[in-house]
Amino acid sequence: MTNSIRDIAEEARCIFIIGSNTTEQHPVIGAKIRRAKRHRGAKLIVADPRRIDIADYADLHLQHKPGTDIALLNGLMHVILREGWQDDEFIRERTEGFEELKPVVAKYTPEVVSEITGVPAEDIELAARMMAENRPGALLYAMGITQHTVGVPNVMSCANLQMLLGNMGVPGGGVNPLRGQNNVQGACDMGGLPNVYPGYQKVTDRAAREKFEQAWGVSLSDQVGLTVTEMLDAAERGDVRCLYIIGENPMTSDPDLNHVRYSLQNTEFIVLQELFFSETAQFADVIFPAASFAEKDGTVTNTERRIQRVRKAVDPPGEAMPDHWIIVQLAKRMLALGATTPDPDAPFADWEYQSWRDILEEINALTPIYAGVTAQRLDAGEALHWPVFGPDHPGAPILHVGKFTRGKGRFVASDHTSPAELPDEDYPLMLTTGRVLYHWHGGEMTHRAQGLEAMYPEALVEIHPKDARKAGVADGDLIKVASRRGEIVAKAQVTDRVEPGLIFGTFHFAESAANFLTNPALDPQAKIPEYKVCAVRVEKAGSSLDERAISE
Amino acid sequence: MINLTINGESITAPEGATILEVARMAGIEIPTLCHHPDLSNVGACRMCVVSVQGARALQTACTTPAADGMVVDTMSEDAVETRKFVLEMLLTDHPNECMTCEVNGDCELQDLVYDYGVKWPEHNGQRHQWEINPDPNPFIFIDRNKCILCSRCIRACNEIQNRDVWNFAYRGFQTKLVAGADQFMLDAGCESCGQCVAYCPVGALYDKMSIGLGRVNQITKVRTTCSYCGVGCNFDLNVRDGRIIRVTSAADAPVNGMALCVKGRYGYDYVHHPDRLTRPLVRAKWLGREAVEERIAAGEWAIFDEAKQRLTHRRPPNDAQTPIPNTQYPNTQYPNTQDLNTQLPPDTFIATDWDTALDVVANKFAETKKKFGGDAFALLASAKCTNEENFIFNKFTRQMLATHSIDHCARL
Repeated sequence: MTNSIRDIAEEARCIFIIGSNTTEQHPVIGAKIRRAKRHRGAKLIVADPRRIDIADYADLHLQHKPGTDIALLNGLMHVILREGWQDDEFIRERTEGFEELKPVVAKYTPEVVSEITGVPAEDIELAARMMAENRPGALLYAMGITQHTVGVPNVMSCANLQMLLGNMGVPGGGVNPLRGQNNVQGACDMGGLPNVYPGYQKVTDRAAREKFEQAWGVSLSDQVGLTVTEMLDAAERGDVRCLYIIGENPMTSDPDLNHVRYSLQNTEFIVLQELFFSETAQFADVIFPAASFAEKDGTVTNTERRIQRVRKAVDPPGEAMPDHWIIVQLAKRMLALGATTPDPDAPFADWEYQSWRDILEEINALTPIYAGVTAQRLDAGEALHWPVFGPDHPGAPILHVGKFTRGKGRFVASDHTSPAELPDEDYPLMLTTGRVLYHWHGGEMTHRAQGLEAMYPEALVEIHPKDARKAGVADGDLIKVASRRGEIVAKAQVTDRVEPGLIFGTFHFAESAANFLTNPALDPQAKIPEYKVCAVRVEKAGSSLDERAISE
Repeated sequence: MINLTINGESITAPEGATILEVARMAGIEIPTLCHHPDLSNVGACRMCVVSVQGARALQTACTTPAADGMVVDTMSEDAVETRKFVLEMLLTDHPNECMTCEVNGDCELQDLVYDYGVKWPEHNGQRHQWEINPDPNPFIFIDRNKCILCSRCIRACNEIQNRDVWNFAYRGFQTKLVAGADQFMLDAGCESCGQCVAYCPVGALYDKMSIGLGRVNQITKVRTTCSYCGVGCNFDLNVRDGRIIRVTSAADAPVNGMALCVKGRYGYDYVHHPDRLTRPLVRAKWLGREAVEERIAAGEWAIFDEAKQRLTHRRPPNDAQTPIPNTQYPNTQYPNTQDLNTQLPPDTFIATDWDTALDVVANKFAETKKKFGGDAFALLASAKCTNEENFIFNKFTRQMLATHSIDHCARL
């Protein structure tokens, strides 16, 4: 997020949520937004293909078709420019590329956009007016924006809109991706990515490479590594022989699970660190029992780039150990075997860490944006939002104040491009995927939380009454959903939360995970799979679960 | 700024503050029950009454704005007697169950009754006999007999969670805290966030999962950050005898304050689930048949029952729910663990020890690196692990295995 949760909740006069089921996926932020709307009078606009919970609280719900975000955002910008509502001063002084934006956006009249998105033209006009009249406004998005083959242009279009309105670098504004996992931000920050070292220092950058070569005492490649989806392809080909996986369950969370299974089966050696025997565990060769969040010390970074402590409360069960212990043990054994021979004089060549604090010191030394995130400051309760460039640097709850990180904010205009796979005669419905309040991702944790499992015990697929009638399906019937890649059976939830032609499923339940169906088509730049759109067909599958139970 | 006198002390305060706020800023305690600093003030419980010179009657400090020149006495005889009376009245319709109550020692009513020396009232009047735990919500326990009608739960739901589940229904002595139109909570739109429990000053609302597991003097609280989403809520893990028995809100949590969601507050029991992996597992083929048989016979290692592990937490998927194999990517059957007594399939998982398992991996990695170089490795870091763990995993990838092929689920 460019902004903090607090300034959005307390100061945004307009909140525009696009592609985020906020009250179910980031419930505490969702509740704060409901509060801003109801108790402070902030305007709330929700753009989502489904009538999600937060839409019930919105001044305006733009129910656009999946995969039409660029058209919708361009349409909003079209109206803003037509009416002269843009922030000219901000555009002049803080941005570049505005002239290139204009002709692209000019094509997206509300009528054209309405045709593409299914949103009434007058709602587009109204939304643009609301945004223009209520500044600062914050834009919030999540994977509804990113999980498309046009994920990157989607994000750019969000940024275009906010720059046009002058909503950047101010409290209550910003472009604010809501990050999913408790430490997905930190995992990215710490170099859990194939193209960057910790702190987004590019592996292709010579200075960065030399810095880490000197620190770790080895020579390093200047070639970008493989992304998760590319890894599986490489594993299938046999190029990748060893997979080492920590706390991740590709057998539910990756697209096209039949392909994932095939790739994992073809991998020579898989090491997994896990809390539970997950779906992926079936394919592992060695499984290390790991400690949960309550069983270890360290730090995590939240969606607003704030670094906070996790503290050990209980011992891990049996012989389970924290992940950092396991990695260190393995590294020491590899060193003993001579698998690598770092220059012993390099300052961080060794693996002698006594606690998480020692590791944090190495992070401080090698990661400029975390340079001042010290254990002492965290212990003192300081609110540290990176970048924290040094021990005296205060951090930055709001980014791009006065000046963009890259200097000028660049408008990058995009045209609407259809999703990789659209409904056709054979697969006439569109499937979009997401999550529900009571479960988490592949469900390794929440299926083992008794109350949560009781609240939501089985996979449901949302289907509109019209489509249900066509398929002869009643609420609670089992339906078979098929795509070109696989099939699942799940219980139908007949509801007008979805529009006709659209169904919605989750990947919380391994045996009927929507990811057997999803399309692994990637955004070419971000390599994000298009989870939000694929083509499917449905048919009734036998008797309902309840009837089955009775007949048994 | 305004100037006023409280208990003879002259105080400067910002305009618009209530007497209660001014007093607390100056370190003068005024007792409250229905007030909570996060919530709007309703002046319902009358515990905070104070004497204000020139006023006709006692004033509720939580709702009365402090004014310039005001002279306030928070401990006037009138105020103290009124508080005692209020407390006594509350006790006339409150079960005398502190001995068995979940919030014994953590109850604002109990503390005030103690501080004001109120005796248990002898009276023959009516007492409520509400059904205990009448709501099927799996997380929230209700005992209306302990409810003091302070409305903090109602305001928490309305102002913090913004869900409007709770309200009062009926009149007078029949006044009842109800969900929706006197429905079950979930039917009234409840999201089971438990904010109402967190703000309840007594034991009327409590966390169902924690009933009977430990009271405040029996637990230690450990402040940490939630393991679910990226909001970064902080809360206190309540630990007793090495087990997490409850999650409680921490008023000073920087991101979320008292607010939590259903997963954060009630989704912690996976930590102690019997499915947790407790020993390093290695497939028999990486250990050698002889070693396995020997160490198993010696009682050091054991065969790991994979099929059982996989299914204990869920009912077995019935046929209809099993994904249909795709011809493009033929399915290989799971290793057969049926005949373990008669033979040992090479794919059997053996519960070993750390030295063995770490050596198997280190040797395999070292050998693979030697033969095929860094390109033969791919690593998935975890968005559930700490920064420190991700950092050294990134170091392991690049320094130890000489590859940049590390990624995690950020895209998924």
